[in-house]
Amino acid sequence: MPYLARRLLTFPLILIGVSLLVFFSIRMIPGDAITAMLGTESGLLTPVQRQALAEYFGIDQPVLVQYGRWLSGVMQGDLGLSVTHGRPVLTIILERFPLTLELALLSMVIALGIGVPAGVLAATQSERPSDVTVRIIAMLGQSTPGFVVGLVIIYVLSVYFGFVPTMGSFVPIWVDPLANLAQLIFPAITLGFAFAASVTRISRASMLDVLSDDYVRTARAKGVPKLSVVWHHALPNALIPVVTLSGVEFGYLLGGAVIVEQIFALPGLGRLTLEAIGQRDYALVQGCVLFIAFNFLIVNLLVDLAYAALDPRIRLGAR
Amino acid sequence: MTPLLRVRELKVGFGRKADANPVVKGVSFDLEAGQTLAIVGESGSGKSVTALSINRLVDFGGGKIVGGSMAFARPDGSVLDIASADESALTGIRGREIGMIFQEPMTSLNPVHTVGAQIEEAFRLNRGLGGAAAQAAAREALERVRIPDAAERLRYYPHQLSGGMRQRVMIAMALAGNPRLLIADEPTTALDVTVQAQIMALLAELKAELDMAMIFITHDMGLVAGIADQIMVMQQGEVVERGPTDAVLDSPQHAYTKHLLEAVPHFRGGAAVRTDRPAEGVRKPVVAVDGLTVRFPIGGGFLARKSGAIHAVEGVTFDLIAGETLAIVGESGSGKSTTARAILGLVAATRGAIQTAPGRSGRPVQMVFQDPFASLNPRLTVESLMAEPAIAAGQRVDARLRERMVFLLERVGLSAEALERYPHQFSGGQRQRLCIARALMLNPDVVVLDEAVSALDVSVQARVLDLLIDLQSEFGLAYLFISHDMAVVERIAHRVAVMYAGEVVEIGAASAVLSQPHHAYTRRLIAAVPEMERRRQRYDVDTTPVPSLIKPKGFEPQPAAWIEVGADHRARVEE
Amino acid sequence: MRILKAIVAHPTGRIGAAIIAIYLLLAVCGYFGFTPHDPLQQFRVDRLKPPSSSYLMGTDLFGRDTASRLMAGIGQSFIIAFASVGLATLLGTIIGLLAGWWGGLLDGVFMRSMDMLLAFPAILLALLIIAIVGPGTATSVVAIAAVYTPIFARVVRGPVLTLKRRDFVDAARTFGSSQGYILSRHMLLNLVAPLTVQVTLALAWALLTEAGLSFLGLGTQPPAPSLGLMMSEARNLMQQAPWLLAFPGLTIMLGILGFNLFGDALRDILDPRSQGRSS
Repeated sequence: MPYLARRLLTFPLILIGVSLLVFFSIRMIPGDAITAMLGTESGLLTPVQRQALAEYFGIDQPVLVQYGRWLSGVMQGDLGLSVTHGRPVLTIILERFPLTLELALLSMVIALGIGVPAGVLAATQSERPSDVTVRIIAMLGQSTPGFVVGLVIIYVLSVYFGFVPTMGSFVPIWVDPLANLAQLIFPAITLGFAFAASVTRISRASMLDVLSDDYVRTARAKGVPKLSVVWHHALPNALIPVVTLSGVEFGYLLGGAVIVEQIFALPGLGRLTLEAIGQRDYALVQGCVLFIAFNFLIVNLLVDLAYAALDPRIRLGAR
Repeated sequence: MTPLLRVRELKVGFGRKADANPVVKGVSFDLEAGQTLAIVGESGSGKSVTALSINRLVDFGGGKIVGGSMAFARPDGSVLDIASADESALTGIRGREIGMIFQEPMTSLNPVHTVGAQIEEAFRLNRGLGGAAAQAAAREALERVRIPDAAERLRYYPHQLSGGMRQRVMIAMALAGNPRLLIADEPTTALDVTVQAQIMALLAELKAELDMAMIFITHDMGLVAGIADQIMVMQQGEVVERGPTDAVLDSPQHAYTKHLLEAVPHFRGGAAVRTDRPAEGVRKPVVAVDGLTVRFPIGGGFLARKSGAIHAVEGVTFDLIAGETLAIVGESGSGKSTTARAILGLVAATRGAIQTAPGRSGRPVQMVFQDPFASLNPRLTVESLMAEPAIAAGQRVDARLRERMVFLLERVGLSAEALERYPHQFSGGQRQRLCIARALMLNPDVVVLDEAVSALDVSVQARVLDLLIDLQSEFGLAYLFISHDMAVVERIAHRVAVMYAGEVVEIGAASAVLSQPHHAYTRRLIAAVPEMERRRQRYDVDTTPVPSLIKPKGFEPQPAAWIEVGADHRARVEE
Repeated sequence: MRILKAIVAHPTGRIGAAIIAIYLLLAVCGYFGFTPHDPLQQFRVDRLKPPSSSYLMGTDLFGRDTASRLMAGIGQSFIIAFASVGLATLLGTIIGLLAGWWGGLLDGVFMRSMDMLLAFPAILLALLIIAIVGPGTATSVVAIAAVYTPIFARVVRGPVLTLKRRDFVDAARTFGSSQGYILSRHMLLNLVAPLTVQVTLALAWALLTEAGLSFLGLGTQPPAPSLGLMMSEARNLMQQAPWLLAFPGLTIMLGILGFNLFGDALRDILDPRSQGRSS
């Protein structure tokens, strides 16, 4: 599998590039961490205290040394210590990650569950009323920002049902699945709406392309019934662009949905990063961003595996 | 007795106003069980639409039957009008009673399913077989279309098979339901001529074995002669002539049929070669190619090591004489186009020398490409396109240059008004004329014509060939004519070089090579060319595989040994 | 001209074009201050007024006119969207063209860098840049451009790789045409169509990203009016003053819809292969 092998080999290269990018762009953020952490009180510190704190967090060293230390730490699973939380970065990230992962999965289930059938239906009913309806809804879905959908949902729930979603702290699924679902379902719908719209559009376009391919004509010529032409012959070929799009979207969702987390007051990865940037918590920002990019690259790798599973030309190498 | 299929006044249209502007305008014919009807025509004649109407696949391409009837006799004696049948009745007929094979074997099989699964599906649907029975039937079907190691090949995906193999798989699939009618829509057009002969032989054999009727769509009159009982000639949606094969071929009635038979090049075994050899005397070469070798490394790149090379061209040597045409014939993968591209510097030679005599201009060698739609930038006017060679040579775009453009355009049969237009406003033949005029802008000594007439309709082909012959003597040009088409080569070549698997295997005067081929491959190639005089004749089923061009790293071929067959005729010694 | 005619004839392209035209007019008026009221003026007595004849879309917590603020907000959003997409198109085209044309190491380095940028979610990448430079109009432009440059680089590189192999480029080589000639006449000229489509669709996305950034308080800074900021301010008032949520929300949605419809129509027209293929 030369294609996959090549992807696997470039993976660490991109990861090192990403880590460099992250590390040095963080250093360009103005202001220092100690001032940011202690606010106005930092003015009360003596230079000696300041020095001690800097040494404790390792930010007194030259930048390259800091990078080297950080990288060797990363290799051993140590992302450093958060200045503001006073705890290991990895621990904080891993606390927030289940929510982000679950939200991303839920949104993708919604998007694929609605988008693929809707797209296939629209393609097979091309230019008929059902197709036009699907296209209009998908177009609106793609044109509506997440915060508009989210705020509308909150407005409807609170004004008409007197229900305010997601107050209080996050309940993990293994503690109380129902409460967990109640917290996550509306944010997931918010994210899934636009996601489903894109999936619908790309499924429809790809299905239309495939339906005019020669091998679909062959299937019809040998008397394959209509439904089987669509699901058995056309769909496996039409799924590749859908997988690409879903993979990219899912990868991004694993980085946290900053805006939706903000609206629904969810303690996810996105908000963690946003807060860390605001607090100039170098170690935490670095950790978050690296973790997010790493997730994205892993998802991309999975997408490549999915291609290979779907398309024997990729799996076995095209002529 | 009622015929198997009786078509009356069939009209087919497309789009919203399907009845206002039909593409098929009232076609009628009868087809008896076990007979073969050939429908012959050029692009736009409506022959393929007619074929797709018979099993109503035309519906899925936006087509609509707007008139007429198609009475199809079912095995139980009832008659079904296909023109008005509903989709569920049609699904029952397709594959079971009417099978079909298509022009493009490369895209007609589903890339994500194994060929075994696809053939088994046909048996499941049309014979009700399942599981091991379907699998066994699929294996037998592959054996019947002469695919070696059938059991093994069932597990292959389409992309792992060659074009000829895929077309056999298509045939196996189409025959799975034991149909009483097989529609073959240009089934060999995309294939090499030796592979075409194999497929034709197979079709003839299976047809006799299964007592199946066939509708054979083609643009090639020569191919028709070998297989048809009846011929129907179509032009612009109408039938212009219909009758028994011998009658149509020997005493055509309609002017268009006569034109197709006379004006269109048909291979005549070296009897139709040119006799206008340029004045004898000093035959000085304008291009001398010596030991040209082109290899493309495999693997190699970002992180992989080179594992070997594709030996596309291996030790090719020839001289192109001033004012003469040297044709290079060969099938796909023979290296003929790579040779042409190497001469133009479009690919780098791995080894060998290409010497060009200093010519009348800075760039004595010009080229015309196969696809006239791809070789003209669609966003530029003809004037900009014609000016490009001159601009590249550092000339100014002035009145004198424009004069030359108009002169050349008129010379190739276009008018001065063409200058302001864009390529998409011309037909394929006109575009190829544009390309020829452009190649002549800098007054070259040599024009390389890479399959320059292959993409054109047969009757347009003949006119462009005539134009090329006229231009050759007028401008004193030497042509390097790359082609896979023996009939076209016969018309234009003074000398012929035959290429096979990257090597020249035979070279010499056109009349000698074409009438007395020496090398086994040349003989096989010539035997495979369909000829008007070989009626209903069995081709030999020949399954010689082409040797692989992929060689391990460091591989060097044996130096070639040659036999002088005649005065200007030599062939490679075979092992 | 031919394309404009085709857009007007296109059922949804027509709607998109009309929306864009109206928004452009509103944007120009809003930017140059031709609004019903001063968008910054606080009418203390008229706080949180519902829509009426004097305040077409009502007023906010400080008694500022929503309609005027929306117009000014559209002006602001358009400037950022056009500037950032313009910058991304320029950079992306140069990178994609050079990477595709020269290939080899240059291609590897360029495209792997683009891959790195693409490994960050759009908002996160923008956040990082804003954190470094500090929020503001210019920062938003740079941040959004950074998000879309890799996408344009890919959009350009793909066709360049195919164009490079087209016969007309080979023909140009046999004439000995210069690289500059080939790149400008044979490459760029044929890239105009896919780029126009991408630019229109990117404008829709840029509007979306800009609104998101200012919603988070990282784009345009108060008291300057901006669509995202208005949504964010309306959050806590949605029960008392739902119009503060409805109008900016609809404004953003319609604007993005306009560009999406227009872009889809353009694709239908310029790429005949996808005729009716994009919803």
